[in-house]
Amino acid sequence: MIAPGRRRFGPEIPGTQPPYDWPAYVSTIKRHPTREPLALAHTLSELTGPMFADGWAGVDQVDLTRLRPGAPEAIGQRIIVTGRVVDEDGRPLRNTLVEIWQANAAGRYYHRDDQHDAPLDPNFTGGGHVLTDDEGRWRFLTIRPGAYPWRNTYNAWRAAHIHFSVFGPAFASRLITQMYFQGDPLLETDPVYHAIPEVSARERLISTYDADLSEAEFALGYRWDIVMRGRSETPMEGR
Amino acid sequence: MPIPTGSQTIGPFFRVGVDRPAWSDLTREGASGTAIRIEGTVFDGDGAPVPDAMLELWQADANGHYADLDDNRPLPADAHFRGFGRVCTDDAGQYAFRTVLPGTAPEPDGTTQAPHANLTIFARGLLKRLATRIYFADQPSANAHDPLLRSIADERVRGTLIAQPVASADGLAVYRFDIVLQGKGETAFLAV
Repeated sequence: MIAPGRRRFGPEIPGTQPPYDWPAYVSTIKRHPTREPLALAHTLSELTGPMFADGWAGVDQVDLTRLRPGAPEAIGQRIIVTGRVVDEDGRPLRNTLVEIWQANAAGRYYHRDDQHDAPLDPNFTGGGHVLTDDEGRWRFLTIRPGAYPWRNTYNAWRAAHIHFSVFGPAFASRLITQMYFQGDPLLETDPVYHAIPEVSARERLISTYDADLSEAEFALGYRWDIVMRGRSETPMEGR
Repeated sequence: MPIPTGSQTIGPFFRVGVDRPAWSDLTREGASGTAIRIEGTVFDGDGAPVPDAMLELWQADANGHYADLDDNRPLPADAHFRGFGRVCTDDAGQYAFRTVLPGTAPEPDGTTQAPHANLTIFARGLLKRLATRIYFADQPSANAHDPLLRSIADERVRGTLIAQPVASADGLAVYRFDIVLQGKGETAFLAV
């Protein structure tokens, strides 16, 4: 347990986060606020956050390739995606909830409003979640998501990605982001990816192929670490 | 030192990953206190409803305690209240949480805030989360002394943080809190 006030959430580091107003991503045009967010001295409201260590979010779902054990397998390239959730001091964040969702191998989401003319896979819905372990690690077995077209501009295609939702230790650290794949040529033009100004910050969203994570005759391995906002002066215990 | 991972939009197709209909009811585990409903609509800059937003609530229990080990103030804690809720807007951009009226207690530094719930908004078209607070119009005395509310000079801006009681058909106390992402009546968002 950490005494309140000993965890710190500094201001956003310039260049490392996207703006709200980013017209290259057309959906921002009518949805970005026009006033700067109001400054706020952090209180317990911002410095605390939901705890999931007791399994409140339900049993981990880490195998997206089957809807349940023994069910038929989804079609596509099996991949293992794994990494750690750490804070700005590199300390692992344990028992934090990581949720993911993604398109299937054909680039189609299991969603009523996804009208892309690509096949749904009856054995794949594309959602999963897990609590990080004592080292902040998480791991999913899934199918490599396909790229898909969107109507942002003519003939636009989203780079292949997996959505990640992560909580971290506090209301102030809440994050939703996307993980991309090394070598994807669509990254050159993807306006969502390019909304992060600094190249080095942007490139941290790209997972790397790791032969040591691959499993022989089975699946390719990708590594991606997530850094949550916040520092603490004492190790996190009991979360 | 590592820098925090950059945010990206939740996109339009998030339901399979994050939709937890049960989580819209924060009282479902038997919370103590005054049960309330907070409901409203999310609007864009054209006044059109936003049907692809996800909202998350984080609030203290009826005693003013947050269900987090880091809130180690000497307060009674409601073991049946997690303080966290989530809801996805419907096709009309509407949402509703069932929860309890949050209590309030002095911060470690001695200041006291008015009862409030903390709200995060994710949506297609938002590259990073928006954060705001929900205060309650029928707490005028507490609101008048709240440090955040007092820091907002413009009454119209301040008013966007205050949920208004509305009539309800089912006997539950209901508060309306609309969220305007842009333009006339734009909600006051907070740099958390």
